[in-house]
Amino acid sequence: MKFIFTRDTWQEIFGAIRKNKLRTAITIIGVFWGILLFVALQGAAKGMENGFDDRFKNLATNSMFLWSEQTGIPYGGYKRNRKVRLELNDTYRIASQIEGVQFVAPRNAKGVFGDAVPLVINKLKSGNYRVFGDYPIIDKVSKKKLRKGRFLNQKDIQDQRKICVIGERIEKELFEEGENPVGQYIKISNIYFQVVGVYKRNNTDFFERDNSIFIPFTTYQKVFNTGNRIGWMVIAGYPKEDIIAVEEKVKNLLKRRYTVHPNDERAFGAFNFGEMFGKITGFVKGLKFTALIVGIATILAGVIAIGNILLITVKERTKEIGVRRALGAKPGEIRGQIILESVFLTLTAGLLGMTVGGLLLSYLNDLAKSWDFPFLNPTVSLPYIGFAIAIMVILGTLIGLIPAQRAVSIKPIDALREE
Amino acid sequence: MIQIKELQKSYRMGSNELHVLKGINLDIKEGEFVSIMGSSGSGKSTLLNIIGMLDEADKGSYVLDDVPIKNLSEKKAAIYRNKFLGFIFQSFNLINYKNAAENVALPLYYQGISRKIRKEKSLYYLEKVGLEDRAHHLPSELSGGQKQRVAIARALASEPKVLLADEPTGALDTKTSYEVMDFLQGINDEGKTILVVTHEPDIANMTKRIVMLKDGVIEKDTFVEQVRASEHV
Repeated sequence: MKFIFTRDTWQEIFGAIRKNKLRTAITIIGVFWGILLFVALQGAAKGMENGFDDRFKNLATNSMFLWSEQTGIPYGGYKRNRKVRLELNDTYRIASQIEGVQFVAPRNAKGVFGDAVPLVINKLKSGNYRVFGDYPIIDKVSKKKLRKGRFLNQKDIQDQRKICVIGERIEKELFEEGENPVGQYIKISNIYFQVVGVYKRNNTDFFERDNSIFIPFTTYQKVFNTGNRIGWMVIAGYPKEDIIAVEEKVKNLLKRRYTVHPNDERAFGAFNFGEMFGKITGFVKGLKFTALIVGIATILAGVIAIGNILLITVKERTKEIGVRRALGAKPGEIRGQIILESVFLTLTAGLLGMTVGGLLLSYLNDLAKSWDFPFLNPTVSLPYIGFAIAIMVILGTLIGLIPAQRAVSIKPIDALREE
Repeated sequence: MIQIKELQKSYRMGSNELHVLKGINLDIKEGEFVSIMGSSGSGKSTLLNIIGMLDEADKGSYVLDDVPIKNLSEKKAAIYRNKFLGFIFQSFNLINYKNAAENVALPLYYQGISRKIRKEKSLYYLEKVGLEDRAHHLPSELSGGQKQRVAIARALASEPKVLLADEPTGALDTKTSYEVMDFLQGINDEGKTILVVTHEPDIANMTKRIVMLKDGVIEKDTFVEQVRASEHV
């Protein structure tokens, strides 16, 4: 083992490598490419994982939206295409009767489902923004980060206060720069509301971004005259609860209540975050696994290419090896040199690939910032890098054994025989 | 220095057995300058290869400097070659990506000698063959005669007991051949045992003893009056 660390060994290896730079360069391309792919794919998969995590971090992932539509099957004396309307009472029923439900929040909204987007006016400025009637608990499903003031609270609900929380874009569009909107009044659909808070943009696409207005649910009922009707509801399950099963139970309960055929798939619609989150998690996992397999396979192919080229090199260097043997090179020294050459080439190519892969990831990261795509901090963890290096050393050694054995099996006399 | 008794060697060529050496007896003392002559196929190269431990005899004994050479492992053979023998080849066999000094230092490298001493020694031997100013030239930048002189320096560098030269002038013109022989004679004058395989009578006459091989046996073994190569240069 000592010979690995002596300068002479390396001088011999560099001499042999320098002898043919082009061949060396071509040799290492395979492994370089393999490691580059390995690092880039692992990093990209991690970047997507981080990106999705970032999108979902403000979201209770074990939750769903549930709304009503028209029936699809005639039942109980009713025709099909009957409109089903969810009521406020349904939320209490679901919360109390379905096991595993943490809370249910009814919601109403203007300007979301194709109806007119309300006009909002502040002095001379105006704009059209969506308005949500909500309970404070909605904050638990989709966390609002407040820049100024506060979010809705229970007292607002009880007193049916005419207050609102606006997005930061609305602040920018309706107020002067440096003006504090909190405490000021804006006109929503011709009714004055006092602004109590400004929330930050939320990256989670399914929610309100930065251009919506939240008002208390009870105030919404009164202002827009919705009575007990609700637009849709948000149902959150306990963290470990199977939310897909909960969805099934909730739908069955509602079907009984509204006399809907048990097999009617149209009457109630749901958007299940838990299900979607599970799919995305599975997708990212699959991506990482694929990246691992592809990366290893490519590294393997690259290492085999190195072995192949070294085998040719040994053939080309038959005479040189013969001379060395005649001059007193022991078989072990010849073998060691070739294996070391193999490992050295593999590692050089690998480290080069890692460097370029790292640069590529950092470039992608910069690029992704300007896209609307879940991609954040693409990194490859150290154990993975260590694993890749270990694989390269092991494979480099194993593959180097073949040409090394070939080199040792060259008899000096055969090598030196004149053609 | 070299004692060879009843040495036999045969090669299998397909179904035919080719009996190359049919019982060679040869005794070479220290300081001798011997040429082995013979026509093509007489077995002279095979004999040299066996003496050089590049090949092994089938039968008979071979003792080099009181060490019996028999059933050597590859490793042992390498060590003995390095310690006892210096090789000079017809086609020089310098390593083409190493400069003259590095080529000369190569056997020393395999002896495990430190860099500094290797460098000193290689320069010393290059100086001895008159090529100290070519130390950093690659073989491709040297003439044939210069290449062979580098090869001689390389063979000498490990301070071997015996110098083995296989057609050392085979690839050189007459003038350069005599120059090379002049060097070998000088080295022999200093007491080094040298064995040369050649088929050129003028080269053979520049040694002190001519062993004629024919069909695998020694036909003639005569001591001759040495012709000094310097007289012809």
